Amino acid sequence: MINPWMRFKKNKAALFGSILLLIYFVTALFAPLLYPGNPSAPNLATALERPSIKEPLGKDELGRSILGRIIYGSRVSLLIAIGVVCVGLFIGVPLGLISGYYGGKVDFGIQRATDTLLAFPGFLLALALVAVLGVGLKNTIISVGISMIPIYIRLVRGCTLSVKEQTYVEAARALGTRDLTILFRHILPNVMAPITIQTSLGMGTAILFAAGLGFLGIGVQPPTPEWGAMLGSGRPYLFHAPHVATFPGMAIFFAVLGFNLSGDGLRDILDPRFKS
Amino acid sequence: MNQEPLLSIKDLRTRFHTYEGVLTAVDGIHLEIYPGETLGVVGESGCGKSVTALSILRLLASPPTKIEGQILFDGNDLLKMSLDEIRRIRGNSISMIFQEPMTSLNPVLTIGEQIAEAIRLHQGLGREAAWEKAVEMLQRVQIPSPRIRARDYPHKLSGGMRQRAMIAMALSCHPRLLLADEPTTALDVTIQAQIVDLMEHLKEEIHTSILLITHNLGLIAEMAKRVVVMYAGKIVEEAPVEDLFFEPLHPYTKGLLESIPWMGRKIREGRKPLQEIPGMVPSLKEMPKGCRFHPRCLTAREICRNEEPPLIVKPPRRVFCWLWI
Repeated sequence: MINPWMRFKKNKAALFGSILLLIYFVTALFAPLLYPGNPSAPNLATALERPSIKEPLGKDELGRSILGRIIYGSRVSLLIAIGVVCVGLFIGVPLGLISGYYGGKVDFGIQRATDTLLAFPGFLLALALVAVLGVGLKNTIISVGISMIPIYIRLVRGCTLSVKEQTYVEAARALGTRDLTILFRHILPNVMAPITIQTSLGMGTAILFAAGLGFLGIGVQPPTPEWGAMLGSGRPYLFHAPHVATFPGMAIFFAVLGFNLSGDGLRDILDPRFKS
Repeated sequence: MNQEPLLSIKDLRTRFHTYEGVLTAVDGIHLEIYPGETLGVVGESGCGKSVTALSILRLLASPPTKIEGQILFDGNDLLKMSLDEIRRIRGNSISMIFQEPMTSLNPVLTIGEQIAEAIRLHQGLGREAAWEKAVEMLQRVQIPSPRIRARDYPHKLSGGMRQRAMIAMALSCHPRLLLADEPTTALDVTIQAQIVDLMEHLKEEIHTSILLITHNLGLIAEMAKRVVVMYAGKIVEEAPVEDLFFEPLHPYTKGLLESIPWMGRKIREGRKPLQEIPGMVPSLKEMPKGCRFHPRCLTAREICRNEEPPLIVKPPRRVFCWLWI
């Protein structure tokens, strides 16, 4: 086995994906340095201004800098991505572990609930939850997060089922180890690889879902710069000012691409079975 | 022996509830282990040896299992204990070594951590003290440069080394009883010999009794003092090791012994094919009536086919066979 970093470097797509992500994270981190102005301050005199040297991505319908809003929007999107997978991880992983390890009635209960959640397409579920919880950043994170939970439960349960039959788990039990220790110290680290991959892919999906909600106007609310909402507000001007909707769309596209390529790359590295 | 037994199993029955019905893997066995003694349990695969060991620690979870009878350890019935009480016994007073050293260590934890875990759990030592103890245990199982090895992950160790680490883990709390389930089966012969020596040595050092489960009669001859022969979930014979090897009473034991090649056999007995026991171990689903060994037994009579053989006691031996009535 060559070292993981070498394998990652050899995987050009994954490398490209992670460079994209790096750019996004750096942008989010240094947003005030990259765009010193206020991205939400309107200036109607310059509304729908075309891209120029001074304003490389042009201005939106309220005369706000699209570049500035995309830069600040990366903070919102990444925050959503991280928040969403945290909800999925912190609720889905323990439930999956418990479900797989204990089996029986506990498993049955958790799995039927998971079935119910999985019966809805993920985005529809998030949409329904927003309808119940209301709009806004926090509720976007919660509802998209909840739609991720069943995916983690299924994934972790499946892996736990195979890991718990390993002799080292039996050996740990034979030493008198407590169930909680077995779950989190012996089983969890052994199912980390698929969880990591799912988390990377899940962040991409989260950004896409949140942008979808924003586009429909029920996600993060203006004036917070959010890519999906920007895309939605640029839609009426698609014919005479296409830059208003195009650039936020590209921002979403490349972010999701970055997460997906990195996720696939991680899978190749962490799970050698996928590589022949 | 007039000592009190350390572990005494009375009428143990272990049943698995499966989709195909209730399967009885261990069917009414009695056995006793005395302090400081090594008791060998031999038998073919699937005769219930491992299930007996797992029943003692109540480690059988799936498929749904029912364990009946009595397992007295130090006078307390392990089968009546709460899960918390049995957990305190596991790894502390009774611990276990498994067959596959390749899979019985967790690949994501260093061996030091894994040994220290048991120590912290049962002896209430702090992180550092437990680590020191783990290093000391690695030294006792003769792993070279234990301080460095303790930080290694299992994949860096050879099979023999892993089994040593496993033994270190099992013995770290100085258990009074060690259940060794085929401890040398997965190792090559020279390493087997080393592991046997090591176990013998440590057994003396920490005064532990060993329940040695194996299908390797050579290992039994080497280590055990008394032997229990199991067949299809039942004990068929129990004897001191010399008696068993020189004068087996049960036809199954005879068959087992005759099916092993030994040095000088050709000179002593001339050139003739090695004996085998005809047929196969019966499936748990369809146990034969009467004596369970009768379909394969060369001396089976009418009564063997219909009635279960009685216990014949010829102190210090026990045998279940109609031949000795």
